[in-house]
Amino acid sequence: MACFIVPATEAVIVTAAALIVKHTGTKRAQTGVNNGVSNASHEKQGFARRLFWLAGMLWGGVALLAFEHLWHGEITPFFPFLTAATEGAAAVSEMLHEMATVGVGMAILVTVVWAVMVAVSYAIEKRPVPQNAAEKA
Amino acid sequence: MTLLLTVFAAVVVTAIWYIKNDRTLMLGILCWMFWGASVMWLVDAVAEYIELGAEMFIPALEDMINDAFLGLAVIALALVIWIVILLIKDPRGTVRERLKKKK
Repeated sequence: MACFIVPATEAVIVTAAALIVKHTGTKRAQTGVNNGVSNASHEKQGFARRLFWLAGMLWGGVALLAFEHLWHGEITPFFPFLTAATEGAAAVSEMLHEMATVGVGMAILVTVVWAVMVAVSYAIEKRPVPQNAAEKA
Repeated sequence: MTLLLTVFAAVVVTAIWYIKNDRTLMLGILCWMFWGASVMWLVDAVAEYIELGAEMFIPALEDMINDAFLGLAVIALALVIWIVILLIKDPRGTVRERLKKKK
């Protein structure tokens, strides 16, 4: 009904967090060059990049799910936007229940998938680059 | 059907991203969109399975056609979003080059 609102909220928070981490990482890198310590700032920038992966997955998923909800007539492009809001208290209650179950489930699963991806990406980063790939670069 | 089509799109786009290894194509946008939507629809499918059980796997023909049509529309929308971002960001400078040539 409106389950995508939960991941959309998470997307807003994650995007803001990623921008803050990126900004502080860049600032530290600029000052770190002078002090000769920029390892931590590089790590921060790397983590900010990975946070943008989560934001990308959330925003992308939300955009396509919003379209699906529009297709099924569950949301409208005009006020009050949510069809359930015009159908009485029972429909609103059902919508909130779906947001609390399916919506929260979506947000959690996307975050879990992202966390696994981050762990795997750090492990891949530590592996040596294959000889032919290094030559290509 | 929508989930299935989106998963196929996600796998194909990710394979192209890996093979091409070209940042200027901005295929990452499409990958995130398709994988994000796939994971979200997977949760939706699990919720439906809990509610309906095995019945969920035997959809009516009309529902299947409608879902397939929706899946294709979703892929088309994602492609449109990607191409618009690609042309606006113009990482290869092709649009800028063309515009300058016309002047």
